[in-house]
Amino acid sequence: MTLSSSAWRTGAGLLLAGALLAGCSSHKTLYQWESYQPQVYGYLKGDSKEEQVAALERDLEKIKAKNGAVPPGYHAQLGLLYSGLGKDDQMIQQFRTEKALFPESAAYMDFLMSNASKGAKQ
Amino acid sequence: MIKHLTRLIAGACVLALFAGCAERKTIDYSAYKQARPKSILILPPLNESPDVKATYSMLSQVTYPLAEAGYYVMPVALVDETFRQNGMTTPADIHQLPPAKLQEIFGADAGLYVTVSDYGTRYMVISSATIVTANAKLVDLKTGTTLWTGSATASSEEGRQNQGGLIGMLVTAAINQIISSVQDDAGYPIAGMTSARLLSPYPNGGILYGPRSPKYGTD
Repeated sequence: MTLSSSAWRTGAGLLLAGALLAGCSSHKTLYQWESYQPQVYGYLKGDSKEEQVAALERDLEKIKAKNGAVPPGYHAQLGLLYSGLGKDDQMIQQFRTEKALFPESAAYMDFLMSNASKGAKQ
Repeated sequence: MIKHLTRLIAGACVLALFAGCAERKTIDYSAYKQARPKSILILPPLNESPDVKATYSMLSQVTYPLAEAGYYVMPVALVDETFRQNGMTTPADIHQLPPAKLQEIFGADAGLYVTVSDYGTRYMVISSATIVTANAKLVDLKTGTTLWTGSATASSEEGRQNQGGLIGMLVTAAINQIISSVQDDAGYPIAGMTSARLLSPYPNGGILYGPRSPKYGTD
């Protein structure tokens, strides 16, 4: 079995592209994404929240183990999932973590947490 | 004349190759630079295609390029939920909300208004292609001023012809963990490419780097 010429061309093209990119800048990403975006898609499509929590918590361990940076919105998404599962304490904890990691989220996280506490008092 | 033209085309090709490195500007970024947005609120995209999956497929994949460019991106599913709880269920209605109101609730500096104009697979005589096309507008939520506009398209056929490999590689990180529920949607990985192409910083047309990027202020 031999590799087709198109496969060789693809390989060579990728090598060339890689070399070009390396010349421009390093390509280390700012954040370690794991399955964040596909899980968000799953949420929006109405997939199982329990499975999403399990996947995101598992990936969070991976990110921590590699000393990676958690992407914006990751903890907020976990908070949303815990909220949907009736685990309000864990929801608040996740929103607080999002706010601590990203002060840009403070106004929105405060808005959500104040709504939650109003809901709890009623 | 022809020699001149050839040189021009060759020059353009070289520039296109090094678009990631080159420093060349003709687009007016003055309002964008003055506004210096730190955080971006992505509104659920308008969908002009017949495929209802387009809005959420795109919405779930615009965070990656914007965050990697150095912006804080408001959590998209949570934002969608907040809109729902306030009776706003269609992107068309949400896009009509006053920017100042959005700023008040979400505290974001800028809003990103995305429209998906094409999403799906076209079946042709000997092959088929999945194509996703979108445009976007970045708006200062405090003033309502448009800071930037752009558009991009991606096709499943590019990879096979070994074109557009550069951006394709950039998005690999975002889409390499495809979970089973998205495997039935051929548009999903293509929308990821469109998103990266639309919302990655590049000179003279792309978005600018945000404050969380080491390259902030260099463009």
